[in-house]
Amino acid sequence: MTFKTVRLDHQIIYKIIEPGSRVLDLGCGEGDLIYFLAKEKAAKVQGIELSEEAIYKCVEKGLSVFHSDIDSGLMDYPDRSFDYVILNQSLQEVKRVDYVIKEAMRVGKKVIVGFPNFAHVAARLRLFFSGKAPVTLSLPYHWYDTPNLHFLSTSDFKDYCNEKHIEILNVFYLGKKKLIRFWPNLFAQNALFVINKP
Amino acid sequence: MENKKTEEKNSLGIIEPKHFTFAESTDKLLLESGQKCGPITLAYETYGELNSDKSNAVLIVHALSMDAHAAGFHPGDKNPGWWDSMIGPGKAFDTKKYFVICSNVIGGCKGSTGPSSINPQTHQPYGLDFPIITISDMVNAQKYLIDHLGIERLLCVVGGSMGGMQVLQWVASFPHMVRCAIPIATTLKHSPQQIAFDEVGRQAIMADPDWREGNYYAYGQPEKGLAVARMIGHITYMSDKSMEEKFSRRLKEKNFSFEFKTDFEVEGYLHYRGDAFVKRFDANSYLYITKAMDYFDLSGDKMLPKGKPVNTRFLVLAFQSDWLYPSYQSQEIVRQLKMRRVDATYCEIKSTYGHDAFLLETEEETHLIKHFLDKTFRGYNILREL
Repeated sequence: MTFKTVRLDHQIIYKIIEPGSRVLDLGCGEGDLIYFLAKEKAAKVQGIELSEEAIYKCVEKGLSVFHSDIDSGLMDYPDRSFDYVILNQSLQEVKRVDYVIKEAMRVGKKVIVGFPNFAHVAARLRLFFSGKAPVTLSLPYHWYDTPNLHFLSTSDFKDYCNEKHIEILNVFYLGKKKLIRFWPNLFAQNALFVINKP
Repeated sequence: MENKKTEEKNSLGIIEPKHFTFAESTDKLLLESGQKCGPITLAYETYGELNSDKSNAVLIVHALSMDAHAAGFHPGDKNPGWWDSMIGPGKAFDTKKYFVICSNVIGGCKGSTGPSSINPQTHQPYGLDFPIITISDMVNAQKYLIDHLGIERLLCVVGGSMGGMQVLQWVASFPHMVRCAIPIATTLKHSPQQIAFDEVGRQAIMADPDWREGNYYAYGQPEKGLAVARMIGHITYMSDKSMEEKFSRRLKEKNFSFEFKTDFEVEGYLHYRGDAFVKRFDANSYLYITKAMDYFDLSGDKMLPKGKPVNTRFLVLAFQSDWLYPSYQSQEIVRQLKMRRVDATYCEIKSTYGHDAFLLETEEETHLIKHFLDKTFRGYNILREL
């Protein structure tokens, strides 16, 4: 695994996280990201994951992971247990978004939130011209089989942070292969927000 | 000890039981109850070789009715030890890499000191004169054995059900000696439901006139009572679904007998299990050991007292259909670990077998345990070596 073959969002998270950090990954899947962070940044990592099969893959990699949903996985941790709590591509699947973000900010000093941008141009065009729910690269599901419970744009998330007095420390807008600079709410397929509660 | 290799490649072959005696006259073991007991003999078995820096020792601790014979064959036996599918060359507890010890418990009847042992003062079996023992006493006794084997730090302590309680107790009593802990299908304390099932089993034994206040050794076991206790146990080890799959409502004969005979297959199975059990297990031991399980309570911060560092890694396993030790009890262990930010993995394995799953779902257990143990053994910086 070389750095360039790593997913773009993982590359960015890798750059954000300082060596030796304590990291909790909510919805860590097969543990690719935290494995990478543990291996390359000597991060002390812990995952939470709902899929039993994914847990087997994590354990094969030597990772520690709890079999649990994200909604109930956070509450037992003391305040500020982690330097970073990662909610990458899993926010849109949790039941109680507001509660999970609040809990993540309690448990972690900083929270990294990554989600597909529902206002991406491809999604807008499909909705506008065909009148159908968007099926795009970052939103690959049909309306009937999507695990996504929430659909939001980067602007929606900014509004949310303002309303809840959450500090946005950094934002990254991701295209297919590189970062997006202009008109991010239109051209970003995914967004990564680094937030905390001041 | 040299194991004769049987034809099967990954079998341990013939295993000889071992015994270790300590706490003789001058230095008796002080029990949690305040009573003293000695001398004490522990039955145990070992598989594989201890390495030169003594860093590869795995201690396996067993459930209520098991014994030290976890793997391989005793001379003349057709069936291997109770966790043979997990222990041996290339298996989860790979005896080419690890030195595996399985220790019996005090209070038992499988070669260790218990109520059926001879009381040195009376030269008669102890019976109810045997002191009440606890899980912590069992672990203290095992500590003597591990010291005797010259092992300062165990790579792993692992066990299911009551074995899991001993695992948790090992961490509570001797945290510095446990590099990793694998409690399976277990709990920090018995719930009222679990105590209730144990009490029904004990009452069944004590209601049998053959029990004779525990002094039955000259006459024979309270077989009926012990068999009923075991039958209740077996019901709690299975799940509704596994019983449906195994027996459904199938009859032993073609038609109903219209008598109080064994009509259904499930009845026949329970009778068979009960009858087999009385041939191999002492009724008083059943009383003592179930009592020890009921007294066990490491809830709250009792397992990991505040202010003490925890360097033990955990793999906590539960099974979906286990209603005797439901997964919420394992999650309570996990909760304590999270509160202390202990490095831990938890997995609730899909299974329909109920509590028995920890003996049956060995493929899933093997996958998780093998990797977890290997990574722990190779040192904590494994992630960088890969």
